[in-house]
Amino acid sequence: MANFSFQHIELTGIAAAVPKTRKVNAENGYFPKEDVEKFTQTTGVAEFRVAGKNLTTSDLGYEAARKLISDMNIDKNEIHVLIFVSQTPDYLNIPNTAPILQDKLGLSKGCLAFDLTLGCSGFIYGLSTLASYMQNPAFKKGLLICGDTSTKTINPEDKSTALLFGDAATAAIIERKEDANPVHFNMGSDGSGYKAIIIEEGGYKNPYNTNSLDVVDYGEGIKRNGCQLALDGMDVFGFGITQAPKTVKELFEYASIENSDINYAVFHQANKMMNEMIRKKLKLEKEKVPYSLEKFGNTSSASIPLTMVTQLKEQLSSGKNRLLLCGFGVGLSWGSCYLTTENLTMPNLIEI
Amino acid sequence: MELAQFVKDFELQFEEVEPNSITPDTIFRDIDEWSSLMALVIIAMADENYNVKLTGDDIRNSKTVKDIFEKLKVK
Repeated sequence: MANFSFQHIELTGIAAAVPKTRKVNAENGYFPKEDVEKFTQTTGVAEFRVAGKNLTTSDLGYEAARKLISDMNIDKNEIHVLIFVSQTPDYLNIPNTAPILQDKLGLSKGCLAFDLTLGCSGFIYGLSTLASYMQNPAFKKGLLICGDTSTKTINPEDKSTALLFGDAATAAIIERKEDANPVHFNMGSDGSGYKAIIIEEGGYKNPYNTNSLDVVDYGEGIKRNGCQLALDGMDVFGFGITQAPKTVKELFEYASIENSDINYAVFHQANKMMNEMIRKKLKLEKEKVPYSLEKFGNTSSASIPLTMVTQLKEQLSSGKNRLLLCGFGVGLSWGSCYLTTENLTMPNLIEI
Repeated sequence: MELAQFVKDFELQFEEVEPNSITPDTIFRDIDEWSSLMALVIIAMADENYNVKLTGDDIRNSKTVKDIFEKLKVK
């Protein structure tokens, strides 16, 4: 257990960008219609967005950040730290993508910019990292860009992933405010489950080799090569339904809060059946738990802010709201966070 | 933890199975309604009813309903 709190920081703006291109599961031509219907029913994913060859995660993140900075009238020189959370960076980590975005966005050279390689828990991890820097009053504002173009890592003939993941990126502004409400976190990791969501080859343990692009048929509707995303749905499911409620319960206990203290609980959009089990275990009312996965699928580290932009824009853009945010998955890794927002700036969803 | 109860709980997860048609020796992959998504339903049932976390390997390495029960029992 890792419980901790930050003072003096406030989440003040969120923007999200998705590709225009839609992929509708009911129109999928690779799997039997009946299987697709069942899948849609269970996971809740009816359609998602796909970035073509010429659109990267950083392109989506750039558009979201640009719009947010302009809508909030932010002095770019006041953004002192930029974190890009993604598993689909422009380059394989050499160099990081964050500095490229720093330059493209016209941020100052005094801005710290680096990448974090995380998925489902990424928004919470990014938020806590930004908040750590911003405990120091030298930091005025932080920019958190989260997202993935997961569809680029997926074999269209892999039933466990091809109907589930969608592409999106988001930008969030965190500001230093002396009178801000405290932000509470509970976070953790369990690397024993590292194989549950993995791309086996192309790193430095299993380097890209002459066989890396050979498609292997694993049966039961699963075909992929070594450089494509592999998902052990059963392990992830077992993990999600136990760990997500646990981190939230620990956070509640630590921060002395209960369900009635929360206006909305925004969870990583893993799959509907899993998320509904988590919601029921926590006895959270349906009205407090929005979903974006019907239309956008599982969007990795973008899923929490994307859900806020697409489902809670009206509710969050005026007044005070107390939010529970919870991400869990690849790593395995998880984090939950309790924070207060006030008149959050949220531009309309950007479609590119 | 009773095997008979587990078999009953297991059977209850299926919609198109005749009552009492599933036995401890039923090879669950042969059930028409079985799918990778049904595996998730079973994992959820084990969590809810028995407070036990079944893994993907537990399911993959099992053939019969009893095999799953044995994995559940030792957790």
